[in-house]
Amino acid sequence: MHPILKLVAQRVALSLLLLSAASALIFIGTNILPGDVAQSILGQSATPEALANLRRVLGLNEPAITRYFDWLFGALQGDLGTAQTNGRDIAESLSKRLTNTLFLAFWAAIVSVPLAILLGLLAVRYKDRWPDKLISGATLASISIPEFLIGYVLMFYLGVQLRWFPSVAAIRDGMSLGDKLEVIALPVMVLTLVVLAHMMRMTRAAILNVMQSAYIETAELKGLSGLQIIWRHAFPNAIAPIVNVVMLNLAYLVVGVVVVEVVFIYPGMGQYLVDHVSKRDIPVVQACGLIFAAVYIGLNLIADLVSILANPRLRHPK
Amino acid sequence: MADILLDVTGLKIEATAYPPGEPPQDITIVEDVSFQVEKGKVLGLIGESGAGKSTIGLSAMAYGRGGVRITGGVININGRDIRVEGTGGLRKLRGAEVTYVAQSAAAAFNPAKRLMEQIVEATLAHGRHSRKEAESRAVELFGKLGLPEPETFGSRFPHQVSGGQLQRAMTALALCPEPDLVVFDEPTTALDVTTQIDVLAAIKEAIRDTGVAALYITHDLAVVAQVSDHIMVLRHGKMVEYGDTDQIINRPAMDYTQALVSVRSTDHEEKTPSPQPILTVEGVTARYKNAPADVLRNVNVEIHPGQTLAVVGESGSGKSTLARVITGLLPPSAGKTVFDGRTLPPSLPERTKEELRELQMIYQMADVAMNPRQTIRTIIGRPLEFYFGLRGAEKTRRIQELLDEIELGDGYIDRYPAELSGGQKQRVCIARALAAKPKLIICDEVTSALDPLVADGILKLLLDLQKREDVAYLFITHDLATVKAIADSIAVMFQGEVVRYGPKSQVLSPPFDDYTDLLLSSVPEMRLGWLEDVIENRKMESAGN
Repeated sequence: MHPILKLVAQRVALSLLLLSAASALIFIGTNILPGDVAQSILGQSATPEALANLRRVLGLNEPAITRYFDWLFGALQGDLGTAQTNGRDIAESLSKRLTNTLFLAFWAAIVSVPLAILLGLLAVRYKDRWPDKLISGATLASISIPEFLIGYVLMFYLGVQLRWFPSVAAIRDGMSLGDKLEVIALPVMVLTLVVLAHMMRMTRAAILNVMQSAYIETAELKGLSGLQIIWRHAFPNAIAPIVNVVMLNLAYLVVGVVVVEVVFIYPGMGQYLVDHVSKRDIPVVQACGLIFAAVYIGLNLIADLVSILANPRLRHPK
Repeated sequence: MADILLDVTGLKIEATAYPPGEPPQDITIVEDVSFQVEKGKVLGLIGESGAGKSTIGLSAMAYGRGGVRITGGVININGRDIRVEGTGGLRKLRGAEVTYVAQSAAAAFNPAKRLMEQIVEATLAHGRHSRKEAESRAVELFGKLGLPEPETFGSRFPHQVSGGQLQRAMTALALCPEPDLVVFDEPTTALDVTTQIDVLAAIKEAIRDTGVAALYITHDLAVVAQVSDHIMVLRHGKMVEYGDTDQIINRPAMDYTQALVSVRSTDHEEKTPSPQPILTVEGVTARYKNAPADVLRNVNVEIHPGQTLAVVGESGSGKSTLARVITGLLPPSAGKTVFDGRTLPPSLPERTKEELRELQMIYQMADVAMNPRQTIRTIIGRPLEFYFGLRGAEKTRRIQELLDEIELGDGYIDRYPAELSGGQKQRVCIARALAAKPKLIICDEVTSALDPLVADGILKLLLDLQKREDVAYLFITHDLATVKAIADSIAVMFQGEVVRYGPKSQVLSPPFDDYTDLLLSSVPEMRLGWLEDVIENRKMESAGN
């Protein structure tokens, strides 16, 4: 077998193992919390008889391990259970929310990743000169300001004062792609500003590290120009660390957008999760936790695979 | 007057140094150096490290490493002063008119790109040829340089070819744009002797066939004598002597040049073996974890008290692995080591403090074998504390004694390794090993990273110490000249096996087996025409790695 296939298979198997461990942790965590579903459904009207009754109906008297596997196999078949608060099917309400969140994350990534890498390359090209300092300073400032503040500032100037973009990201089914993009323009900007600095600085650091190599001197002595050297000779050798940090930020775009979604009243996963956490809707919290874990692990798996594939020694063994 | 390609007059090169705790200061690296290279001729630049050879070589491309600046003089190429060129003009010069062959091709090739892509890159960037023409020229050069399968060689990645092949590929890279001048910066220094000779011959032939001029930089006078028409000897950034090759080699005028010519003439009378060896290696076979094959196969050698066994061979022959087995770092899969009559436990953690003390080691890279944040006092004092429990004034007295033994007088005890020269660092490592009063010291390529004259000094010191302290050496080296200078007995290793073993006089006298003959004949000799003679007469092809 090609050694690379073996490595890839190993990584995929490890990721699946990690995901099942995460699912167990989520399940254990939500079970440790005081009280149970029956209690929170009945609330004030809980009598011992009613509790016992409901527990039997919900299958809460089964041992935890049985309930865990019931939940896990259900989740594998797309059945995440029903929400306690409104009795709806979680998978159904979640899939719409997840689609929205992924839509927002996707466009934020489309804007921020190329921009971050381009800015990183420019910062290396003009290292220690004003473009480098400007890029580093600006991105650092944007990551230092809390995202809700950036959100409100952009909303005030671009939404309210200049009226360029709508301040509320009210996305609906049946909107055209153009309309949808207009609606999410402001949250995409905020997310871009939040993740840009981390990716750009890592790109800069990774490439500067490679720029110390002897083969960069070879390239200089071939009479190549600065950007040619960075793009053709340094960047291909800096891909692995860059992809890693890009994937971490993509994961953040899916998992960490709660605040931005709330600010722009965007109907995504984050809002849904916050709503149900405050109502102590355990099945929904579990379902969201599982999906977030899957996204995190999946993106990091991709980062690992890209790093492996970017290594010529592994791609082309002796 | 002949056609002058490169004309350098009054070259001055400076750099900024940042001594700790002091303001930055400008230091002069090269001063008042003038030379000329005619079209199609080769000028050899020779000197020790720090003599400014590489700096001068790179100045032909108006390039300075790090903070190095060309601050004075005129550098004319094809009648044009390149010091007044702007960035654009220099870019047109580099990779087109003048190209560069780096010392370590392994580091100078981009690991992420195929060789062909990198070799034709400069030719294409300067619009000298179309891709098709450039590639066919590269293939032709591969053939000329003796690379395997010239048609498909370029589609490989750097890690897929050996060190010697990479060095030739680098030469192809430099010759592909049809430059007027190639700067060869120690192109064979990192190679095994047997490989060096092939690469050297290939470079020489390529220079002759393409009619290109070259600056050939090396610290090895015997090597430069084979390829150059003229030689300039440099020391401390200044010119010592400049003349044609025949005059420099056969009639050197200056003392320093004479010392360079006569280096490697240290000899050492062989001692007779005593009845009781200090170390016996019996039938040792060893393999690294997860490795497909044994690195050592059935190795049997003996070392006698106060004597030196030299282990010679090319890289990958298993020399250093043998040292790892003896020190216990790699337990053998079969066989044993007997030290002073007792069988040593195979792995390091099982050995007693006394067994550890009696067997010390000195490494090739003195730089990385010492903690840069410790003073010489701490470095040498550590074994004194650890093995003998010495403290305070007693310890200081002993450290001073050891420093005297390695000929580093007062004032060194509180210095840091960074404040010492390469040879001095290696001396401190020797003192550290001696501090444990060992019966055997394993010296792993201890002189390979040093300049010839400095290496000579270290060898003389080691011989002196052996006489005084009666310590035995296991001396690992790839350099046969060193072996002649220090050994009492010799083991020649090839692919994990000892192919020839015995007293020095016997191992080094004919009849030779093919491998020993190849090794011996590959050691460069200070004689014009030596290269051609060797290539003509040898019985066995080198491994080509």
